[in-house]
Amino acid sequence: MSNLIRNGAIVPDEWTVVNLPVVEEAVRKQAGKVVLFKLTGESSATPEQIAGTQIPPTGKVIVPVTVWIARKAELADRAAKDEVGVWLAPHETVETLTDAEVNLNQFPIIGIYHERHGDGRPYSMAVLLRTRYGYTNELRVFGDVLRDQLFFYKRCGFDSFLVRADRSAEDALASLKDFSVPYQGAVDEKLPVWRRVNRG
Amino acid sequence: MYKYDEIDQTNIDERVAQYRDQVRRYLAGELTEDEFRPLRLRNGLYIQRHAPMFRIAVPYGLLSSRQLRKLGDIAQRYDRGYGHFSTRQNLQLNWPKLEDTPDMLAELATVQMHCIQTSGNDVRNITTDHFAGVAPDEIVDPRPIAEIIRQWSTFHPEFTFLPRKFKIGISGTKNDRAVVQVHDIGLEFYKDKEDKVAIRVWVGGGLGRTPILGQVIREHLEWQHILTYCEAIIRVYNLYGRRDNIFKARIKILVKALGIDEFRRQVEAEWLHLKDSPNTITESELARVAKHFDPMPYETLPAHNASFDSAVASNPAFAAWVKRCVHPHKIPGYRAITLSLKPHGGAPGDVTSEQMHVVADLADQYSFGELRVSHEQNLILADVKLSDLFAVWQIARAHGLATPNIGLLTDIICCPGGDFCSLANAKSIPIAEAIQMQFDNLDYLHDIGEIDLNISGCMNACGHHHVGHIGILGVDKDGSEWYQVSIGGNQGNETTLGTVLGPSFAAEEMPGVVQRLIEVYLRERTPEERFIDTVRRIGVAPFKAHVYGKAEEKEVAHV
Repeated sequence: MSNLIRNGAIVPDEWTVVNLPVVEEAVRKQAGKVVLFKLTGESSATPEQIAGTQIPPTGKVIVPVTVWIARKAELADRAAKDEVGVWLAPHETVETLTDAEVNLNQFPIIGIYHERHGDGRPYSMAVLLRTRYGYTNELRVFGDVLRDQLFFYKRCGFDSFLVRADRSAEDALASLKDFSVPYQGAVDEKLPVWRRVNRG
Repeated sequence: MYKYDEIDQTNIDERVAQYRDQVRRYLAGELTEDEFRPLRLRNGLYIQRHAPMFRIAVPYGLLSSRQLRKLGDIAQRYDRGYGHFSTRQNLQLNWPKLEDTPDMLAELATVQMHCIQTSGNDVRNITTDHFAGVAPDEIVDPRPIAEIIRQWSTFHPEFTFLPRKFKIGISGTKNDRAVVQVHDIGLEFYKDKEDKVAIRVWVGGGLGRTPILGQVIREHLEWQHILTYCEAIIRVYNLYGRRDNIFKARIKILVKALGIDEFRRQVEAEWLHLKDSPNTITESELARVAKHFDPMPYETLPAHNASFDSAVASNPAFAAWVKRCVHPHKIPGYRAITLSLKPHGGAPGDVTSEQMHVVADLADQYSFGELRVSHEQNLILADVKLSDLFAVWQIARAHGLATPNIGLLTDIICCPGGDFCSLANAKSIPIAEAIQMQFDNLDYLHDIGEIDLNISGCMNACGHHHVGHIGILGVDKDGSEWYQVSIGGNQGNETTLGTVLGPSFAAEEMPGVVQRLIEVYLRERTPEERFIDTVRRIGVAPFKAHVYGKAEEKEVAHV
C-alpha cells in the first residue's frame, strides 16, 4: 500500500528516491565556525559519494541534486523521457539547483527531504521554488513527514506528500483540512483573508 | 478592543478540535513524546517540574472583564485557584492536568482566547505598551498593527518551525515602554520629517544566555509594508539561522555573525521580491481593525477634581498610592492606574481567582470593562475617572492589589524559577519575597525611589535580569543554587545591559547584598538622581567594593 498523498487522495508511487552512499568516516566539525551558516554544520556530498551513487538502471528516479549536476550527461536520455527528478536536503540551498538549471520545469518532480520534523527550512525552500523560481510541476516532501505538518506543507506549495512509512496516510489526509480560513496569503492561497472576504 | 468575527472564531475553534485530537493520539500512543512536543508547545503546554504548565495568550496584554473572569474560573476549576502573569503579558497556570487541557482550550475559545504559539519555535505573542491608546506621549496606537501581525503570524505555514522562538515588540510612543531593543524584531513608530508616521525596524535583540541589543535594520518603513518586511527578515532567518546548537539559534546570533550590514543586504534583497505582494496591508484592512480600538466614550471632565485633591491631602496612604500607581492620561479628568501584583512577601505576578473577579468588577464599574497586563507583571486599568480613584483604591486595597510600590524596589520582575520551571537553575520567587520583606518599610522604599529589580532563575532570562537596574540571575554551581548580581541595566529608550558585579552569592545573602547596593546609592546620590543615574555617574567599582568588602568581613566572622 502506498503512503503517497497527491491531490487529496492516496495514490501509487511511481518514483524511486536515490540516496547517496553513507560515508563511514566521521566528519570532524569545526567548533564555533559561524561562516558555515548555510550548511549549519552539515557536510556536503563528496565527489566519491556522488560518483558512487547507485542509480537503478530503469524506472523513474529522483536523484540527489549534486548527483544530477555532476552526472547529467549519463541521465540525459532518461530525463528526456521525464523519468528523472531531483531532490534537495534541508541544508542544500535552492540556489544549488537554480544556479545549475535555469528551467526547473524540465523536471517532472522535485523532492525535498525533510530530515527532522522540527527543521523548518523545507517550508521556505518550497515557497522559493514556487514563487521565486516558477516551478509548477510536482513538489514532493519525503522523510519525517507527519500528519500535523501537512496543512503547512500544502500552504507552502508542496502538492505531494510521502507520509513516513510507519504512519497511516489515511489518517494524515484529514490534516490537510485542519484550518478552513487561513489569515495570511501563502503559495496555495495567495491572498490574505482581508483581500478574499469582506470582513466588514 | 478587537472583537472576533466568524473567521477569527472559526480559526480558534478549529484549533481546539485539532489539539483535542493531538492529545488523544498522544495518550493513545500514536504520537511519540518527541513528536507530541512541538505540537503541545504550539499550544502553550510545557511539561514542568511538578505538573504541566499551560500558557494562555493575552495578545498585546489586552483583556476584557469577561475574559479575566473566565481566566479566574479556569484557574479555579482546573488549577489551584491562581495564575501567574508573565513578562510576555501572558497568563500561566502551573498545575493543570494534561488530560484537561483540551477542555480548558475549549473554554477559552468561548471568550475569544487561545494558547496559540505561546511557546515553541514560532512567532510568539506580540507585545506592546500597556498604556497604548491612553498615553499622552503616544504617536500612534500600536494595537491595530499588533492585531494585524497577530493574525498574520497565526498558523503561519512557512514560519512555524523556526530555529528558535521569535518575539516581536511594538512601541508607539516617544518613551519606549515595549523594550523594542530586546526583541527579535522591534517596531518603533515615529513621525518622519514630513510629519508622516514611519516605522524604525530593529532586529536581533534578545536577552537569554547571550544578551544582545537589537540594531536598526531599516530606519524608515511605511506601515503598509510591515508584514512583507517581517516576512523577508524571518525567511532569511529560517533558511540561514543555526539549527545545530539551541543556544546559538536565535536571530541575534545570525545578525551578529553576518554583521548588520550583510544581514540587511540579504533581507533587502529578499524584500525586493515581496514588496507590494498580496500581504501588503491595505488602508481598508487597517481601518477595519483600527475601529475596534476607537477611543472609549469619555466624558468631558475638568482637569481637576476637588474630592480627589482633598482625599490626597488628608489620606497619606492614598497619597502614596496615587504617587506610585496612578499615571497620566491623554484625556483630561482620566488616569490610568496600576494594580500591583507585587505585594510584599508574595510571588510577583501571581493573582488569585478571587482577585481576577475583583479586578474584572473594577474594570466593569470604572474602566469601560477592559484592562491590560504589563510586561512588569502588573494589571492596568487604563481609563479611570479622577473622581473614582479613591473608590477604586479602597476596593483594590481590600484585596491586596494596592501596594504603592510601582517602579520601586519591591516591584520586582520575576520568573517562576526553580519552584516550578524545569529549565531553572535556581529558585527566584523566594529571593524576591526575601528582598520584599527586607524592604517592607514604605517610607524607606519611597526614599530609595525608582529602581528596577529583575530576577531570572536561569540564563534564559524570563525575568529580564539583564535590563534591571539591579539584575539577579540564578546559577548552578556544583549542584547548588547561587545568584549572580549585575547593576546598570536599563529598559526603554536608553536600553543597556547590566554589568556583573563579581562572584555569585548564596540565597540567604541576597537581601543583604541588595541592602548594601542601596547603601552605596543613598550615600553617593545627588538630590535628583535615581539609582541608575548614580550607577552611570560613579561606575560599578564603589558598589562592588562595598558589597564584597562586607562579604569578606562576614566570611572572616564565620571562621
